[in-house]
Amino acid sequence: MSDIGIILSSHVFELAEGVYQLLQETAPNVSITYAGGTDDGEIGSSFEQITAAIKENEADHCFAFYDLGSAKMTMEMAVEMTDKTVEVMDVAFIEGAYTAASLLSGGTDYDDVVEQLKPLTVK
Amino acid sequence: MLTVDNTKAWLERFADKIETNKAYLSELDSVIGDGDHGNNMARGVKAMKEKLSEEDYAQPEEVLKDASMALLSKIGGASGPLYGSALLAMSKQAGQDSADLHAIIKAGLEGITKRGKAEVGEKTMVDVWSPVVEHLAEGTVTIEDVQDSVEATKELKASKGRASYLGERSLGELDPGAVSSGFLFEAMIEGEIIDE
Repeated sequence: MSDIGIILSSHVFELAEGVYQLLQETAPNVSITYAGGTDDGEIGSSFEQITAAIKENEADHCFAFYDLGSAKMTMEMAVEMTDKTVEVMDVAFIEGAYTAASLLSGGTDYDDVVEQLKPLTVK
Repeated sequence: MLTVDNTKAWLERFADKIETNKAYLSELDSVIGDGDHGNNMARGVKAMKEKLSEEDYAQPEEVLKDASMALLSKIGGASGPLYGSALLAMSKQAGQDSADLHAIIKAGLEGITKRGKAEVGEKTMVDVWSPVVEHLAEGTVTIEDVQDSVEATKELKASKGRASYLGERSLGELDPGAVSSGFLFEAMIEGEIIDE
């Protein structure tokens, strides 16, 4: 199992779930958790769901990926209130998460993952 | 000077204003945003009111902290972490000195800018919070000052958030986050929290 986990946060539940499925296929040995939509299942972000995704991740050190700004801001607040180390990555949501998952799955170390995510910075 | 009672009354008055103006806020947001500001804010302040009515508080910072968490958890849109960050920072500052309202609102503004990275003039809630902080630094702020700041967002072009995609077309419209922030400060002034 990889020491580093992945957390996904999207405005839409199905989008988060879909990216999770995509990543899980390439990285079965990486702990991946996700949050999508509001508590009522509407479009938006839920602090509670994001907090749960951080907590449920088996890793104490995670990369977090998000789709749009308010998912990022909500994620940042959740990160400030956890003891885990969670790095919110300002990269393309799907490409970034997929790249990180594939590299972590293959045993690439932390520094190299960060380096390879840099060209995907979009935000 | 903030007390438990005047802080609760302030936030309850704010909640009532949001609930009364829910449709108006969503209408404003449907012009330059995604149309959910009224519903999101109403959901948040409803949870906040419920929480505040359930607890017994000893200090105003506890009221602000619970309000922060309710808004953060229940709003669901970008305003959740923004109002959540503002009230959390205000709670921390009130814990240091509950008498200095200027320092408390200034801490709230810093919480917002740290989270949302917006600066003055980008047609956001910052364009109401920032002038309120300046007025308080000079002594007091009036309802008219607040309304002028809200109204002035019409002349600004959005460069942060969803409205920024509209560019020039955002001119002439009020910013919904500025309007809801205006309600917060009108409620503060009506609550006679400012020491003259």
